[in-house]
This record gives sequence, C-alpha cells and structure tokens, in this order.
Amino acid sequence: MQPDVLTGGFADPAPQSARAFRAALQAMAMPGTIHEVSGASAPAPLSAAAAVLLLTLCDRETLLHLAPGHDVQGVRDWVAFHIGAPIVPAGEAMFALGTWEALASHDAYAIGTPEYPDRAATLIVEVASLDGKGARLTGPGIRDEAFLPVPDVAAFRANARRFPLGWDAMLTCGPRLAAIPRSTTVEDITCMSQ
Amino acid sequence: MSVQTAMDEAQVDQAQADRASTDQAGTGRHDPAYNFAYLDEQTKRMIRRALLKALAIPGYQVPFASREMPMPYGWGTGGVQVTAACLEPDDVLKVIDQGADDTTNAVSIRKFFQRTAGVAVTEATGEASLIQTRHRIPETPLTEGQILVYQVPIPEPLRFLEPRETETRKMHALEEYGLMHVKLYEDIAHNGAISTAYAYPVKVEGRYVMDPSPIPKFDNPRLESPAIQLFGAGREQRIYALPPYCRVESLDFEDHPFEASKADHDCDLCGCGDSYLDEVIVDDEGGRMFVCSDTDFCATRRALGHAGRLSGEALA
Repeated sequence: MQPDVLTGGFADPAPQSARAFRAALQAMAMPGTIHEVSGASAPAPLSAAAAVLLLTLCDRETLLHLAPGHDVQGVRDWVAFHIGAPIVPAGEAMFALGTWEALASHDAYAIGTPEYPDRAATLIVEVASLDGKGARLTGPGIRDEAFLPVPDVAAFRANARRFPLGWDAMLTCGPRLAAIPRSTTVEDITCMSQ
Repeated sequence: MSVQTAMDEAQVDQAQADRASTDQAGTGRHDPAYNFAYLDEQTKRMIRRALLKALAIPGYQVPFASREMPMPYGWGTGGVQVTAACLEPDDVLKVIDQGADDTTNAVSIRKFFQRTAGVAVTEATGEASLIQTRHRIPETPLTEGQILVYQVPIPEPLRFLEPRETETRKMHALEEYGLMHVKLYEDIAHNGAISTAYAYPVKVEGRYVMDPSPIPKFDNPRLESPAIQLFGAGREQRIYALPPYCRVESLDFEDHPFEASKADHDCDLCGCGDSYLDEVIVDDEGGRMFVCSDTDFCATRRALGHAGRLSGEALA
C-alpha cells in the first residue's frame, strides 16, 4: 500500500464537506457555472475536484464504478480507506468516475425508472479543460444561456431527450467542477452556424 | 414636532433596536456535543445525494431516509434536515414562519442552528444566504446565490385525490394529471371560481405537477425565482427542488386563468398596498386590522418612514 493512500482526505470533514456540497449544489442548480473546491487529494489520475466530490457524496452505501484509467490500485485503495464505497461494474453504479472516453458505453448506466427517475447514475467526468466556452446550455437553472466544453454533444442531447430519465454528469478538472443534469439541453453552436 | 411623529420615531427606533438585537454574528463554534449542523455526516451525504437528484429532475419528489429530529413532525423536520445538509459555517440564516421571524417555530429553529452550527442569523431577507420558510415566500425579491428551504407537510399534490402512493407514483410516471384538473374544474362548478387559496398546484417545466407547500397562491408567481428552492417533507420522507429560473406554471383554464389573490386592503402598519396580509382581530367588538405577514418587509418599510392607517396608535 502506498503511503499517499492514507492521506488526502478531509482534515475537518463536517465544514469541508459542507463547503464542497454547496459548490456541487450550486453547480447542479445552475448548469454551466464553474465552482472551485478544495480540501482533498487522491492518487493520480484523480483530480482534486473529483476527490472532493467522492468524499462529499459517496460512502459505503453508494456503488461506485471506476472507468479504465481510474481503476488503478492506488485509487482503489484510497477509495477503500477514505470512503468505503463498493467498486462495481458500470450497470450497477450509482456513481461512475473516469474520462468521457473511458466511461463508454454511456448507455450502460442506470437512467432510473418512470416511477423512480432518481435511481439514476451520476457520472463524474474528468475533462482536460473546464471554462465557460464550448457547447450552449439551456434549461432549468439557466437564465438565458451558458457555455461549457461538453465532451460529446450528441450523447448529452440523447440523454436529455429521455427526460425525466437519464444520468446526470458532473465535470471535473483540477480543483474546478461544473454539472450538466439531464434537464439541460446541449447544442453544438459550431454546427448550428454552418 | 407633533405627538404623532414623535411616536412614529420612537417606534422606528424601537423596531430597529428590536431587529438589531436579533441579528447575531456567527460564533464559528457550535455546541461540541453535536456534529456541525446536528446531523451525522452519513445522513448529510444521503440527503445531499437526494438534493442533487431533486435539482436534476425539477418538481419530482425524491424519497429520502428522513431522520427523527429533536422536534415533533409538523414543526419543520423536513426543512430542518435540508437546511442541516446545506448549511456551511459562514452562512447567514433566516427562519420565517408564515412570514414572521418572531414566532415560536421560527425562533426555535433559528436557535437550534445557532447552537448546533454556530452560524450567523438575521431577520433581513437581503442579508440571508439561506432562508428556511414555513408557508411564505419573502416579499423582498430573492437574488442569485440565495437558498430558500421550504417546510412541507404533504408533498404529494395528488394525495387528497388518490390516497395510494403506488397509484400517485404511477400517475406522475405517466404524466396523468387529469384528476387534478377535474378537481379545479369542480371548484369552478361549485363556486364559480377556483377556490384553492393555498398549496395551489403548479406544473414544473411542463412535466411534473408539484405542491408548492401551503404557501398562499399569492406567492405562486414568485416560484419562478433566481434563488435555489428546496422542499423538505420530514414525515412523508420526500425532497424536491426548483432550480433558479425554472418554469413554474400554476394550473388553470383558459377561461379561468390563475389569479394571485390577497386581502383587498393596505397594511395598517406600513401602508403597503401589494404585500400579503394577515387579518388580526384586535378587540372583542369585531375590530380588526390587516398587517403584512412578512414582518421583516413591514418593519423595513416602517423604518423608512412608511405609515399605515393605525401606525400612529399604541398597539397593545
């Protein structure tokens, strides 16, 4: 076991997870807004924001899927020590973590049922850059429009079309995070202008 | 200086003194016998996961494992749990009950979080970062970044029409809301108008019919807000939410459009003509007065010099 497996958790869990959750809440309530979080560090390749999200939202009751690339021994050990979430295949996961490509196939994740649309997965997608540029977002929580670099516009559009079913995504990059819930309509503005 | 103005000024001073005494800075320390904001971390994570799903599916009621709280059901256990899961140490908390900051329920919940979370508290709507409310939306417009937490007794808008949870769940899944329209139609058939005056059902983003909690229908247009609105029902174990700028339509008919109604008076203390009013019986001879139900709004207006019909009189 590597020594960094035992470090990198919250030093003061109650206030730190409260601040982190408020960032996640604001991100989910206002898709397209970018929030900075701090307080956790996990073994590579986990970003600080993804580590904070796992510590804030996951515990031994949440089934977690690690996509290839993130499914390395260091991360497994860190999750086992700090969070205790069982690691499961994509289809059973409540939370899934990885890059967009590694998380494929994206139809494998739980999208809820008509009676219980909340029983759907949350994808924590590690992205290379996170700024207010890229695809156009509209929908609940957005006054006019917002912009985020969406990894795969077609997949997000297909996901939004099955509302109220669908998974929800949180994008993480370094200490920053943003969210794209299933209620958000994503449009590729470069395509539209052609 | 007339006696009238002197009394007004004395009242304003008194009002400001009263309000200053209730605004308290956060201590940054909570009672060490409790975890920050009372709930244990595992419970907060469970509530937080439900809150995120609730925001992702606006208007849908997410089941959650509601805990026993140190107050009886009906006193806002759902709202308290949502507030506990959302509070951070530097929040400024406001708690209102039917618009009032100074009622038993509001005072005890405010004290509860002062003790268990060490947060700052205020009565001023504009200064609060998180407002827990029972049955009112503040008159002062909310802003982006504020969170409004509602205490909800019965979250299911269809419950009085269909008592079985299995059936109402199916009705939401199938978007089968005909029964609700029949109910509103029967109101019109019996009374000539939709008589539902509070807990007036709304449709969220054209999908889910939602109970906005027993707020007066006067407040319904304010459900479309820049603030984040979270609803917690403790006994019924449901959480639901409205993200900012979410489309919220009060159910109605083309020939009987929705109307936000209020008592046809001005506030007797601050003279406001467009705030929601409480009717107060003031003697045993049928005397009555109308006052703003939002105490902060009314006190602020009075402090600015606005006066109503009875503002100069000594009110026992």
